[in-house]
Amino acid sequence: MTPLASIRDLRIGAVTDAGREVEIIRGVSLDVAPGEVVALIGESGSGKTTIALSLMGYTRPGCRIESGAVLLDGTDVVGLSPRARAAIRGRTVAYVPQSAAAAFNPSKRLMDQVIEVARIHRLMPPEAARRKAVDLFRALALPDPDTIGDRYPHQVSGGQLQRLSAAMALIGDPRLIIFDEPTTALDVTTQIEVLRAFKSVIRGGAMAGVYVSHDLAVVAQIADRIVVLKDGEVQEEGTSDQIINAPAHPYTRELIAAFEPRSGAVTPGSDVEPAPVLEVRDLTAGYGGIGADGLPRVPVLRDVALRLLPGRNLGVIGESGSGKSTLARCIAGLLPPARGTISLAGRTLAPGTHGRSKDDLRRVQIVFQLADTALNPNRPVGRIVGRPVTFYHGLHGAELEARVDALLDMVRLPRAMKYRLPGELSGGQKQRVNLARALAAEPELILCDEVTSALDTVVAAAVLDLLRELQRELGLSYLFISHDLSTVEAICDDVMVMYQGETVERMAAARMRVGAEHPYSRLLISSVPRLDTGWLDGLEQDAELVAQFARR
Amino acid sequence: MVRIGLGMRISALGLASAVVIAFWGLVAILAPLIVPYDPGKIVDYDYFGPMTEDFLLGTDYLGRDMLSRILMGARYTVGISLAAVSLACFLGVTLGMVAAVIGGLLDQVLSRVIDAFNSIPSKLFGLVVVAAVGSSLPVLVLTLTAIYTPGSYRFARALAVNINAMDFVTVARARGEGLIYLIREEILPNIVGPVLADFGLRFVFIVLLLSGLSFLGLGVQPPYADWGALVQENIGGLPFGAPAVIFPSVAIASLTIAVNMLIDNLPRRIRDRSAP
Repeated sequence: MTPLASIRDLRIGAVTDAGREVEIIRGVSLDVAPGEVVALIGESGSGKTTIALSLMGYTRPGCRIESGAVLLDGTDVVGLSPRARAAIRGRTVAYVPQSAAAAFNPSKRLMDQVIEVARIHRLMPPEAARRKAVDLFRALALPDPDTIGDRYPHQVSGGQLQRLSAAMALIGDPRLIIFDEPTTALDVTTQIEVLRAFKSVIRGGAMAGVYVSHDLAVVAQIADRIVVLKDGEVQEEGTSDQIINAPAHPYTRELIAAFEPRSGAVTPGSDVEPAPVLEVRDLTAGYGGIGADGLPRVPVLRDVALRLLPGRNLGVIGESGSGKSTLARCIAGLLPPARGTISLAGRTLAPGTHGRSKDDLRRVQIVFQLADTALNPNRPVGRIVGRPVTFYHGLHGAELEARVDALLDMVRLPRAMKYRLPGELSGGQKQRVNLARALAAEPELILCDEVTSALDTVVAAAVLDLLRELQRELGLSYLFISHDLSTVEAICDDVMVMYQGETVERMAAARMRVGAEHPYSRLLISSVPRLDTGWLDGLEQDAELVAQFARR
Repeated sequence: MVRIGLGMRISALGLASAVVIAFWGLVAILAPLIVPYDPGKIVDYDYFGPMTEDFLLGTDYLGRDMLSRILMGARYTVGISLAAVSLACFLGVTLGMVAAVIGGLLDQVLSRVIDAFNSIPSKLFGLVVVAAVGSSLPVLVLTLTAIYTPGSYRFARALAVNINAMDFVTVARARGEGLIYLIREEILPNIVGPVLADFGLRFVFIVLLLSGLSFLGLGVQPPYADWGALVQENIGGLPFGAPAVIFPSVAIASLTIAVNMLIDNLPRRIRDRSAP
């Protein structure tokens, strides 16, 4: 069978900010047969999105196709004129972006945007396009298919918007559809529904797909073949079953190993329970000032309680909007709670940072998810890490330098890094600097707010190893906030599940997959994709439960 | 690109602009020593005289030497405008960052008061102040500062609010850092690029407003005149193609364009600091 799309020895070059030319795609070749879904998987910077975009004859600004051919249905899109390329896009090949929220115009109705492709290419009269769109909405399992198109983008949920962007891509009956991490920004319970919808329309329409993702488990559910990429080169290519169950290339094995949950038991539980390092009681907090009933006008947390024992880790899991980050902000004193107490090693802390002593502040440190925004881009690493040392411990000069060196050693960064600016570091390195800054204070408790979520699988696994090691050496406790259950499983002793600002269940992390009792915890835990090609098809979820808790 | 030390490079255009600005700065300082004639003295019987060996830039509408008047005018234009723009930007940027970091009531009150100030037409405000307390150099500088501080405040506050929402500022707050540290170390380095661009624009506005005030008789008092006033008093020479009206204009243009060119061509290390 002749392939629908084939890439032959593709080389794409880019010019860096410093004016240097680099080759980001180095001789990649791959084929997509009609009706087949090929997944491109790799870490950030592996070139997976660049390759997918080249199928539309498009390169991002600053990039250039240097050699090679991209054959789409027999024509080489690289050599086409812009007009001819525009004619192909939307009809032969279509694109589903990562962030549907950014892909829709907020001030136009959804229907008008979905049928825009048909209008631009004059494929069918508007009435027919609308009827077709409604059919697509139905096929994508959107609620109220007949009327959802009359709404504006802000009136539907994130998962619905992502499916609507798929409808937008499908309206021109493309032969090939490119999915660029379409479920990465979604909650796990939402992700399942979107994946199912994509899978059914791809199967039903017999179209080919290219699915770009960094998440092997997601890809395993939807792809027929997987292409593993690293640094712009193909590492391994094979059927999904083969890649997942019998990876041949060492890099693929590393990827899969990083995905496997590791045992989280850091400390054996002792019989005598020591005094908790952190205890939170009846915490109620929110935004918008305090209303007449003594509660915040926009409540985010309601009567949350938790205990964290020294040297142990508590995982807080929940989907977006569950209040997990607000909990961390309250504990750090950034958001004074409306009610409730926070005590550290038996002493009650003041609600806001202004009321806390320097020593209280030192003992709790917070590490944020996005190392990009958590490090001042204009301060060299040495100064970022050194500031808490000076601030809390009053060190200057040579003593400060020595301490900064020791901290960089601790997080396994070369000492020469201290002269660099954050923009010159990779994502994993930034997160290590972020950690070093928290360690500089010599805290007892570190609040980790999604510290590994923005990192690639392999890098995230290394950061988790580092966290575990630091805990052994320094006797720290972590409050680990995450939506990623395998991360929590890997590092936490206990788990607390949050849903809409309330604690629904507490349990030991080791028992999480089998011992969850609350229906929401069960739904959440069962929604995490497994590294198994048949997982999605075999998954049975209680429809009533889904309707109650998942905001699809 | 030309190396200027500290690992920074500046483009040839930027360097040329810097030279122009330095030239006018030197002229402003040394003017009394280098003027060929007394700028207030009528030295030629001809008015709107042409460029001759005696009067290199011709003479003005009373027959005074233009070169001397422009050299002396540099003192007023460069001195008053630079002093006023520096004060206005310093005050505006500092207040803007403080308002953004503290937020809440202080931000509200400060912003509304400054908005109210913004609503007073600038020339009218200058007119009233000068009529009330008379025209002198300090009064002119402070008046211009008062007129241009609100804009600078608004600009800096808008930038600072964005930076203030970043996680690294949150981390610094959680650490217990004070206001001075937050604005000096965390906010300022990240807004300095756009603030410098604003400084250049504001400088040009101040030069123009100063010229306007001088035209109304409220600026620099005769017999001295800043460049704007030189243009205005000699505007009648335009039909004769008199150099007296062209050269002050050239002086204004060279200074304002040079200031903006320099800021646009500042070394990347300074200019692009706000880029994440």
